[in-house]
Amino acid sequence: MAKSHIKMTVNGKEVEALAEARTLLIHFLREDLKITGPHIGCDTSHCGACTVEIDGKSVKSCTVFVAQANGANITTVEGLVNADGSLSVIQEMFREHHGLQCGFCTPGMITRVHRLLLENPTPTDEEIRFGIAGNLCRCTGYQNIVKAVRASAEILNTTQEAAE
Amino acid sequence: MIPAGFEYHRPTDISSAISILQTHGDDARVLAGGHSLIPMMKLRMTDLAHLVDLQAIKVLRGISIEAQSVSIGAMVTQHELITDAGLAAAIPIIAEASLQIADPQVRYVGTLGGNVANGDPGNDMPGLMQCLGASYELVGPNGIRQVAARDFYDSAYFTAREDEEILTRIHIPVPIPGTGYAYEKQKRKIGDYATAASAVLITVEGGSCTAASIAMTNLADTPIWAEAAGAALIGSSLYDVACSSAVAAAINAIDPVADNRGPVAFKKHVAAVILRRAIDRAIARAT
Repeated sequence: MAKSHIKMTVNGKEVEALAEARTLLIHFLREDLKITGPHIGCDTSHCGACTVEIDGKSVKSCTVFVAQANGANITTVEGLVNADGSLSVIQEMFREHHGLQCGFCTPGMITRVHRLLLENPTPTDEEIRFGIAGNLCRCTGYQNIVKAVRASAEILNTTQEAAE
Repeated sequence: MIPAGFEYHRPTDISSAISILQTHGDDARVLAGGHSLIPMMKLRMTDLAHLVDLQAIKVLRGISIEAQSVSIGAMVTQHELITDAGLAAAIPIIAEASLQIADPQVRYVGTLGGNVANGDPGNDMPGLMQCLGASYELVGPNGIRQVAARDFYDSAYFTAREDEEILTRIHIPVPIPGTGYAYEKQKRKIGDYATAASAVLITVEGGSCTAASIAMTNLADTPIWAEAAGAALIGSSLYDVACSSAVAAAINAIDPVADNRGPVAFKKHVAAVILRRAIDRAIARAT
């Protein structure tokens, strides 16, 4: 199959490459662009470890062809750090509250939580659990992940108020 | 898992998309959200030489709400169905059902058109659309036609849509104000297809039921609109006897098969429980 010309924005940078249409976005990110934050967990659109943002939506990049994402604006966990390279609030809260054990699901979790808190800045615990239902963690039992998300929401809201 | 190679098309209007389908026949399929089709391609259970991505066709988007009916573009996502305030006011059962589909990531890309057109008996929207009395707009080489959701499904993955047609919009009559509704779904875990699900609409005037519609999901090789179940409620005062008759009529209409969600007797039991819950909740919401 002929390769297509792919052009997209990834973490704020314009990217151009040749790729077969059937290439999955997760493989394009990891193998062509060497962006290895998004992980391949189940490869069957269940676990959410491969979650990235496509045009402001949380999407499982194992279930998107690179051709579909041609022209899109993509953000991975690498794009969510602060401008100076330090950990963002959500990342810092996952560290502080130990919202992980092995860490394999964490990039997908953080990418999903970023969008969740933009859409719902003051979620209840139930809304947090429902909002991350597409991300599986096989270590933590989710308790500390929920704590990390709740703490992130509090800090982000306080920062928001201080800025107003 | 890497699917077999294919040629990718991204037409910007319906007629171009249809001409690609006409040129390639069986070798081409349309792609909406892709979360049913792409997993099948990755498993190499579906092999297609041409994929026609509908994302750039603007007329397939948008929700338009009028007093008597709502029209929803085939490419409208479940996330949009959940967050559209106008739709929530006109037909709230759509958001209630959409929230029970898959998980947030899937709902951002999963479309109403894909969900109803695929013909998967596990999908939630076909039964809901039968309950609501929706019709599907199909555009093909010979023009536009409408097919009622209740006439659309022949068997699993076989529908009234011809190979060269594209399902473009879904038209749904707005229920009478005050109509009670409920979408109940029993599943093994979040994100799963239903073990049993049911959609119920009940209209009450002066203490008696004047209209009722009941549909069941994943309990046969198509969705089941249980006309006799609705009829058992109409004209009644919605006391226990009428509700039990409706449940019995619906269970009589389904034809579940044993699979990893349980044996037939279990599925019929679950179907009866969730339908009764849905009826009770719809009655409580009717005003």
